[in-house]
Amino acid sequence: MAFDRVKRTRRGDFVVKIPPTERELLRTLPELLRTLLTDGDAAADPALRRLFPPPTLDDQEINAEFERLMREDLLAERLGSLETMERTLEADRLSEDELVAWLAAINDLRLVIGVRLDVTEETTVADFASLADDDPRVGMYATYSYLTFLEDHVVTALAGGLP
Amino acid sequence: MASTAPVEVERPAGDLDVAPDIPWIVIVWNDPINLMSYVVYVFQKLFGYSREKATRLMLDVHQKGKAVVSNGPREKCEFDVSRLHAHGLWATMQKDR
Repeated sequence: MAFDRVKRTRRGDFVVKIPPTERELLRTLPELLRTLLTDGDAAADPALRRLFPPPTLDDQEINAEFERLMREDLLAERLGSLETMERTLEADRLSEDELVAWLAAINDLRLVIGVRLDVTEETTVADFASLADDDPRVGMYATYSYLTFLEDHVVTALAGGLP
Repeated sequence: MASTAPVEVERPAGDLDVAPDIPWIVIVWNDPINLMSYVVYVFQKLFGYSREKATRLMLDVHQKGKAVVSNGPREKCEFDVSRLHAHGLWATMQKDR
């Protein structure tokens, strides 16, 4: 279905046109991210390490200080964006702030699913075609592809307002 | 001051490495997940770069594996890194030598 899912209006907010089947998929996603953010193993889970990477490659002192000073704020920001997306998931119009929150949550979800699927630059749909239909990675890749599609629409709509 | 003992200035050996006049740089590393359009958008939004400059930096990240996106004192670079992390980009900082 080739139409813009998100469009900037002259008033500066955004019209959202997302078909019911896509909304249905979106409704299932926030909980997945929240569970990871609140209950995940920060040290061992590669998806969490991807969302909260250390600020230097080799300075353990700075890394520890950054973690101590920034981690809580970064986590709160992620949870805040997620809550905004959940609260406005059925909306047909979004403010710019709300759409920015959607973008943050969608991008976090793509990162998490991408890490789970071990996505590389060369990954294509063909890599998942040979898997059994009930392999969870089949559905995850479909979700990942949809989020890629939706994120591109959201970025295009938001970037239109940049100088 | 009655004491003749020399005043000890607390200066750990490593302190010389973080002299404030040594500027730091912020590097964004390539990753296979973030969309190119998204990375350009983030560079524009966070740093106020033109679309052209943001695109050039994104292409450096994509093709060369990394790009220096900002620089300055340590505190500024820590702030920039935290904003990039909040947007899901893989960013690190280091001293510019």
